[in-house]
Parts: sequence; C-alpha cells; structure tokens
Amino acid sequence: MTLTTEPFAIELAFWILSVCTVISAIAVVQIQDLFRSALFLIVTLLGVAGLFILLGAEFLAGVQLMVYVGAISVLIIFAILMTRDLEEGNPSHSFRVPVAIVAIIFILFAYYVITQDTDWNGRLISENLDAEQQKVAATVFFKESIPYLAKMLLTDFVLAFEMVSVLLLAAALGALALVRDR
Amino acid sequence: MAPTPALFISFESLQIFFAGLIELIGFGESFKWLATLLAGISISFLIINVMVMATAFYTWFERRMIARFQVRRGPNRNGPFGMLQPFADVLKLIMKEDTIPDEADKPVFTLAPIALLAPTLMIMIVIPFGTFIDDQAFLSNLNIGILFIVGVTSVNSIAIFMAGWASRNKYAILGSMRGAAMLISYEIPMALGITSVLILSGSLAMTEIVSSQSVWFILVMPMGFFVFMAASTAEMSRTPFDQIEAESELGSGYNTEYSGIKFAVLFLAEFMAPLVTAAVVTTLFLGGSRGFDFLPGGIWFALKMFIIIFVLLWFRSTWPRLRIDQIMGFAWKTLFGLGLFNIFLVALEFSLADQFGGLASDKVSLTPKYMLIIGAINWIITIAIILIMANVVGRKKYTRPEPTPSPLANMGIKES
Repeated sequence: MTLTTEPFAIELAFWILSVCTVISAIAVVQIQDLFRSALFLIVTLLGVAGLFILLGAEFLAGVQLMVYVGAISVLIIFAILMTRDLEEGNPSHSFRVPVAIVAIIFILFAYYVITQDTDWNGRLISENLDAEQQKVAATVFFKESIPYLAKMLLTDFVLAFEMVSVLLLAAALGALALVRDR
Repeated sequence: MAPTPALFISFESLQIFFAGLIELIGFGESFKWLATLLAGISISFLIINVMVMATAFYTWFERRMIARFQVRRGPNRNGPFGMLQPFADVLKLIMKEDTIPDEADKPVFTLAPIALLAPTLMIMIVIPFGTFIDDQAFLSNLNIGILFIVGVTSVNSIAIFMAGWASRNKYAILGSMRGAAMLISYEIPMALGITSVLILSGSLAMTEIVSSQSVWFILVMPMGFFVFMAASTAEMSRTPFDQIEAESELGSGYNTEYSGIKFAVLFLAEFMAPLVTAAVVTTLFLGGSRGFDFLPGGIWFALKMFIIIFVLLWFRSTWPRLRIDQIMGFAWKTLFGLGLFNIFLVALEFSLADQFGGLASDKVSLTPKYMLIIGAINWIITIAIILIMANVVGRKKYTRPEPTPSPLANMGIKES
C-alpha cells in the first residue's frame, strides 16, 4: 500500500528518487575519493529503497535498509579503510561503449522475461472480478503481502529459501577457514 | 481498527485537511499534490520541534538524576530547579565558533551530524502514541512498522563512521571503528528480541503489535525483553557500552573535532536516542497505550515511557564502562545465544498453544489465558538461566588479552 494515491505526488517522488539514485550511481564510479564513493553508494541504495516503497513493496524496502544500507555498506567502508591511497584510490573510468551495450541488452532481456512471466495481479485476485472488486482485492493483497510472502517462502519456495541459507553458511565457513591461524 | 482522521494528527488526516483547504481557496484538482506535500512538511515540523523540546528537558532530567545517583546537586542555577539549563547550553553552543579542521573532509564532516539525527527522528513517525480516541501513529498505514525501525536504526553506524573518518583524527577514527563494530554486532540480538515479539503478535505493524498485547509481552517473554533492552542500550552507545566516546581513553571519540552547532546536533541525536528507545520498548513490550480506563491511552504511554527512561538512566549512572572485547563477547556469546533460545522457546510454546486451541479470534495472536501460561513458564526458565549464568559462567574471569598494535594505528593520516 503506497502512502498516497495522488498521481502527481507519486510522479514527483518517483522523479526525485530516480534522479538522486542515478546521479549518485554515476558518482560512485566517477569520484576519486573512495570513502565518498562508498557514501554515494549508500545514497543509491537508499534511493532504491524509496523506489521499492513507491512500488508498494514495503517489506523489500525495509530489508534493503537493514541489509544493504545498514550492514553491507558498513562492511564495504571497513574494507575501504584498510586500503592505501584512499583519497585518490578510485581509478578513473571511461565509458566503455561495447560493454555498456551488452549490459543494456542483457538487462532489457531480463526485464522483458520477468514482466511477461510475472502474475502481476497476485494469486489472491481471480480473473473474473470486475474493476471495482479488483481494486479492493489489490488493496487487500498489498496490505497482506507480508504474511503472503512468508507463507510462500515456507511452502512453495522453501527449497530456494533453504539453499540460500546453506549458501550463506558456506560463505561464513569459508571466511572462517581463510582467516584461521594455521 | 477504524481510523479517526478528524480527531488525530496523522499523515492521512492532514492530507484530507489540506485537500479541503486547497479546495476552499479554489485551486482546483491540479493542485491536489500540494496537500500531500504540506501534510509531510507539517508532520516533519511537528516531530522535529516536539522531539527537540522533549530532548532539551530530558537532558536536564538526566543531569539532575545522575547528580542524585552520585550524591551531588546537578544543574540548579538557571530557572526553577535549573530547568532553563538546556537552553543556556544551547545558546552557548550556538554562539561558539564553529571550527572545521584544515585536513577534514568538509562536506562529509558537515553532513555527519544530520545523518546521525535524521534516523532517530524518523523512528518517531511509526510509534503509536495512543490518543484520546484511537491508537494511531503519524504514518499509521505503514505496515512494515518494526522493520522500518530496525532498518532506520542501522543507518546510525554509517553516520558515526562519517563523523570519525571526516575528522582526520586518530581518536575519532578509533572511536568510530569501535562503534561500528559494536553497533553491527548488537543489531543482531536486537533483531532477535524483536522477532520473538513478532511470533506472538503476528504482524509487523506497530498498531497491530499494540492491539495483540492483551497481556504485556514483558510478562510473556522476559528473556526477549532483557535481550532487547541490553542490545538497545548498546545501540544507543551509552555508558556501559560507550566505547564510541570513551572520554577517558579516546578524548570523546568520534566527536572530538566537533564544536559549536555541529556538536550540539550530535549531542541532540545522542540524548534523543533514550527517548526513542523508550518509546519503542513501550510499544513492543509494555503494551503501548493499553491501560486501565480511568486514564487516556496517551497518558499511559507517557508513564510507561518515563519508567523505561528511568531504568535506562539507572543503567547509565551505576555501571562502569566495559572493555571492547567484553562488549563483543557479551553480544556474541551471551545475547546472541539467549535471543535464539528465546525465539525457539516462544515459537515452540506458540505452536503448542495453537494445538490446544489457544488462538484468539483474529487467528494470529493467543488468548490472554494461554499468554499467561506461557508467561509463567518463561519467567521460570528465564530466572533459572540467569541463576545458572551468574553462578557457573559468571565465575570465569575474563583474562585481559595481550595488547597488539592495531593495523589502523597510522593508516590514512598524513604525518605532518
């Protein structure tokens, strides 16, 4: 459920957020000072969290804040502080056109596949409702999206969920094995 | 729970109010977005001003109370009982010269106090204070409530890093490195304490958490409460855990180089943290604005908040500072284990109660009878665990580790 239903307000918020996100994403790669570029990365992540809220994916926004802004970016800053030449450490990047084209094609392809495959109305909303009923059902769906997500994670997608846990455990063990005194 | 927009200030009601006002003036449909903007601005204005004033009086209260604990008088010259002392302090800090070190990273140095203050203020918008009519938060339809709080709190560590690194001062960097390590570690027990609340409430929204507490959650799961209190005291980095500042070791740590208004803002954020934490604890564990009928809910909320603030003050004024290795050990060896055990216990009891048909009519929370049974079991287990830990684990003395020079000792700072 988005905070407001006023179309112009949503439009305004979208443009502010996306311009901030894109500008700071460019700043991440273009700024010389590594610490500042890490800070711009945090601004980018915050902007993406704001976009999630606009899309009605509040849970994703919260997790984005907690995991990416709160934890991963602090780890990145920790790692950066261990490097030398912090203030001029970021090598200058020129725009590499072929790589950019390949990346854009890949992203557009993924975007196309995802938009075609996703059941946007949600499984709670059946096809044979009229427009008004669908609107009500969509509101309920967004309000109930977190319990629904939890149910899905522990029933239909439990294998993927557990695989991610195993992957994280393997990463933690690998990190321990790397730093252990022999 | 039906919202009562006309009688309480929330984002929705203000939006409706400003939309009506705009229509009255005669701007028409195309300016309706202004209503959203104005509602946001008024809520920000309200929260910032109320919180700053509350913090001002809180600093006076804290100084007076700590003075009582330490058998001295505390500030008592300006105004009745010294109540005008915070205003005198603020005036002094504003008039002082606002210095920025030559070597400092100036934009980051300037932004750091704001980045520390903003998350603390943002938490307040989802707290359901309880009104005379209904239980509403400023942003009452934010249904990720508690997740929003955890997410926003975690931005603090970045702000402290910004302040420490931009100062280009060894003490400041040491303070903020310690602080970031500590804050990241204590976020985990804090989240574990919250998770046990969520099992029983069945919702992330703050208003739902309050309405599901037919028995206060402190009575149902004392262990979760203790874990959450300890972790949030560390998150505020107050005295038993004040490694970020550590006046006697680091010369006040991350804020060494700050002066004038920037120092005032850093301190404002620091003194606002206990108020915010008390509000969150009240909502999660003390039943928010629930109380007996002879007083309105808002007053119950304030009373409970005051008790929590006093307990936090008690922590601060009676315990000495822990060493950094003790702090990290406490987070990972004690609180982490207790938090996980508490989640396991509550989840097990919840599913057993579900088997015996203890679910309330809303299908997510338990009936008061089952909550009280669970509470009795949990209190016994908690007291047993505390006794065991004090007698068995507590006997083992921490040995001071051999000091090794930090890899950060000379890093990144130009020798002049």
